[in-house]
Amino acid sequence: MEYEAVIGLEVHVQLGTKTKLFTRVPYAYGAEPNTLTNSVVLGLPGALPVMNLQAIRDSIRVGLIFNCQIPEICKWDRKHYFYPDMPKNYQISQYDKPICQGGEVEIELPGSARNIMGKHRMVKLTRIHLEEDVGKLTHIGNESLVDYNRAGTPLIEIVTEPDMHNADEVFAFLKSLRMHLLYAGISDCDMEKGQMRCDANISVRPKGERKLGTKVELKNLNSISGVCNGVSFEIKRQIESLESGQRILQETRRWDAEGGITISMRSKEMAHDYRYFPDPDLMPVKISKEWRESIRAEQPELPFIKQERFFQQYDLPYSVTSVICPDKELSDYFEEAVSLYNQPKMIANFIVNELLRELSVAGTNGSLPLAESKVKPHHLASLAKLVDQSVISSQIAKEVFNEIFKTGQNPEKIVEDKDLKQNTDTSAIEKLCADAINNNPKAVAEFKSGKDNAINAIKGQVMKASQGKANPKIIDEILRKLLA
Amino acid sequence: MSNELFFKSAAELGELLDKKEISAVELIQSVIDRTKKIEPRVQAFLATNEEKVIAEAKASDERRAAGKKLSPLDGIPVATKDILADKGVQLTCASKILKNYISPYTSTAIERLRDAGAIMWGRTNLDEFAMGSSVENSAFQATHNPWDLERIPGGSSGGSSAAVAAGETIIALGSDTGGSIRQPAALCGVVGLKPTYGLVSRYGLAAFASSLDQIGPFARTVKDVASTLQIIAGHDRYDSTSFKANIPNYTESIEKNKGPWKLGVPKEYFGEGLNPEVRVFIEKAIDFYKQQGCEIVEVSLPNADLAIPAYYLTATAEASSNLARYDGIRYTHRSSDATDAIDIYSKSRAEGFGDEVKRRIILGTYVLSSGYYDAYYVRAQKVRTLIRRDFEQAFQRVDALLTPTSPTAAFKIGEKATDPLSMYLSDIYTISINLAGLPGISIPCGFTNNNLPVGLQIIGKPYAEAQLLAIADFFEKAHPHYTKNPSL
Amino acid sequence: MDTSKHKIDIDYVAQLARIELSDAEKVKFSGQLENIITYCEKISQVNVDGIEPMSHSFPFYNVWEEDTPESTFAVEDVLLNAPKADEDQIVVPRVVEE
Ligand SMILES: [Mg+2]
Ligand SMILES: [Zn+2]
Repeated sequence: MEYEAVIGLEVHVQLGTKTKLFTRVPYAYGAEPNTLTNSVVLGLPGALPVMNLQAIRDSIRVGLIFNCQIPEICKWDRKHYFYPDMPKNYQISQYDKPICQGGEVEIELPGSARNIMGKHRMVKLTRIHLEEDVGKLTHIGNESLVDYNRAGTPLIEIVTEPDMHNADEVFAFLKSLRMHLLYAGISDCDMEKGQMRCDANISVRPKGERKLGTKVELKNLNSISGVCNGVSFEIKRQIESLESGQRILQETRRWDAEGGITISMRSKEMAHDYRYFPDPDLMPVKISKEWRESIRAEQPELPFIKQERFFQQYDLPYSVTSVICPDKELSDYFEEAVSLYNQPKMIANFIVNELLRELSVAGTNGSLPLAESKVKPHHLASLAKLVDQSVISSQIAKEVFNEIFKTGQNPEKIVEDKDLKQNTDTSAIEKLCADAINNNPKAVAEFKSGKDNAINAIKGQVMKASQGKANPKIIDEILRKLLA
Repeated sequence: MSNELFFKSAAELGELLDKKEISAVELIQSVIDRTKKIEPRVQAFLATNEEKVIAEAKASDERRAAGKKLSPLDGIPVATKDILADKGVQLTCASKILKNYISPYTSTAIERLRDAGAIMWGRTNLDEFAMGSSVENSAFQATHNPWDLERIPGGSSGGSSAAVAAGETIIALGSDTGGSIRQPAALCGVVGLKPTYGLVSRYGLAAFASSLDQIGPFARTVKDVASTLQIIAGHDRYDSTSFKANIPNYTESIEKNKGPWKLGVPKEYFGEGLNPEVRVFIEKAIDFYKQQGCEIVEVSLPNADLAIPAYYLTATAEASSNLARYDGIRYTHRSSDATDAIDIYSKSRAEGFGDEVKRRIILGTYVLSSGYYDAYYVRAQKVRTLIRRDFEQAFQRVDALLTPTSPTAAFKIGEKATDPLSMYLSDIYTISINLAGLPGISIPCGFTNNNLPVGLQIIGKPYAEAQLLAIADFFEKAHPHYTKNPSL
Repeated sequence: MDTSKHKIDIDYVAQLARIELSDAEKVKFSGQLENIITYCEKISQVNVDGIEPMSHSFPFYNVWEEDTPESTFAVEDVLLNAPKADEDQIVVPRVVEE
């Protein structure tokens, strides 16, 4: 029998607010243990929560990006369970009235080759809600240490419908989610830093069957590769179980990345009774249509829509748009350069082939951020203009680019100072051509016997003698005239 | 120098201080001496700090001498229920689980009083986590009613009411979730006010039931209650449920607002549970207002008998959640028998909580648990809406309601300790007011044949404390029960 | 809801509440709680169709603050009342991922 997997995800993303969700204590990754707390974070007797408006705004923005419905009223509920990393032993979350409902995330599946765009489809969302994070446990020997720095930081939990069917789709979903959230400046979504965490609900069913199979909740998917490997393994495990006549148990399993397997954590019988009820310490949130629409109006153009526009407007290939469009800063940079000199293809190539390569090796640890690059959009516009107007050759342009990257000087000045202008003085080039003909009798003979390609060897000699500055078109004309 | 400073009102003492007839140091010394003498019998306090308050009183005297008096309460001793956080000071909530806990921060109410120059004198006893009506649920000691030491002072803020009645402080703060200020005020013969929900910040008040808790003052006179409320009321950014509006001048409105008022008498509050002796005093009080030209209107609160179930289902549910944080992990008692984290929770909580707290946590956990939530919790919240509507309808016809505060005068220590339900029923006249979020005040309105005080409860419209205090003051001026003191 | 005396699964609820009870306590508490619950069944008799539940005394909305950082506790305040601490952190017996 053929089986089909059905996958839904619950993705937690840490919002990049300056302070926590219910108190104005700052948060910073990697701070000394327990230095980012107060009475509210620690859940001391008498402490009370006060909402962070920015977290609400950010959540509305996320909802609008993914076409969610933003209900007029959302509220806060307490979710109860005891755990040492959770100071109050309840988490303030949203139960039946979340800030975003429904929605969809556009994903791009892998293409048949790297430079070919894959199929796009929508993955349906159930909801997005806002909640507070817990602290961090470190296990040493037979003890655990608790650091409450992270406790109370805002998380959005994005819950999808059971709408994915394999690890490729899951990967594409997380990639798209991350791209959009980075795009809107909501979060850095760094899984290593715990800024994005993913649980998966996985079931399998015979192909063609409509009813969902028994679902397993998979936890501890702490990296992108963990998600893909964990999901693939679990699908395989479930199919093999069914094929060998076993039943799938409804349970929670964890991905053991080292062992490459999933391990049972608890069964349904031990499921939690969270005792949700509305938090009496917090007032509900009312989001007016006007407010919602004003946030929508500020929303940036989204990457997949931008890519479509770049195809149309600039006639750029997928290999270029797929690099530039997912990065808002980079695509803004590109468009600024193009607005100064309308040579989109040339500018895009400078960015993809020169700029990104140089940035990737320039940083002291990791790549240099675009904002710190000495090459600004006006530099690329000027550079494109110099090439376009045949002032320099495209080969020289690379040399000029490297100089801009190092010094931030204007390309015109670099060309001037280094005397890099193309030579269009025909009499000087004629002399170099004549010399080259004299020094390459073999190539000349071949050309004359009808082998047109042989002229390139002679051209190369001329170019070399001119230190790259002779205009290739003029060389061609003169050589053909002399050899005629 | 006048003797028995400790039995004077803050207003009187303020005048004496202003006229330099007494000093704040003398005043606090008089309170300290009084406390030393009678505290072994009353046991109202869980902690006091002589040295610190004498220094604070000196500073107050210096301010007055320099003409920089901070408020009418500058130099006045104030006791606080040991459930309000004060930096560097114990916060036990009368529970073993917080026995050694020192608060690293200060509640808004205490901060405002201290900023007003009040001398924060001592931490008063209470029912553990404010759960109870007699202070018998304190893990540390029973407090005795100053009028009859064999009787309970009322609760849960019974330490505060007893301290004021016995002259161990001039003013005290309490908290009121279902009557915990008004009932002990009535039983100890002092004035106690539960403000409108949200008028006084709850920041720093260890929560029992967040949607019902309010902090309020105890004093010998309505005027003292008014001047204390003046200081602690008003918006606080650290409490999201705190009311954002300007606070009227309460003392001034007492002087200006002389009625007559239209006063309602809810018939459901005069049923069979009401002690006949208590009933007589309440009826006399109603008569007094009538004779003074107030219109008395019988009103109905048809859902009154649903208040106790709605209250216990709501309050215990919220309590089970609020008290989850006392777990033996970060700052509370940790059982030495615990071998793993789960053990820490269940053993520390078993050792740290008393019976009534355990009972309420278990009841509240049950009320919220899967399968019962809609039938109990949600339904109780709907009944709350009905109770609120009853009051709204009554207040369309009247300015305030007159009722007994408690169905009986103070009962004997131990009398109801074995039957939690009968104890719950003693809150029958006070809890609806918390469910509806309304302000309520209890003032002394007489003494039984056993010389036990009886309290009159006046219930006001939301945020109508100014009027409520005026109505109470009007009665008090004609019935100065505060001049009578327990003989100890 | 029926009006007969209510039953309560005391083991389950006490476990949820993380309070260890002795057998004697279980008997005592379940008796008392069943009385209280039975008394509370009164609320099932009133008609609440179309009535909004009241979870706040007054219906305010949107009580919030701008995202501006403020001061934090000193680590000493965090550990002031800690039953056990080491390396500026709270120490508990090793917890296994549940
Ligand atoms: Mg979840
Ligand atoms: Zn979550």
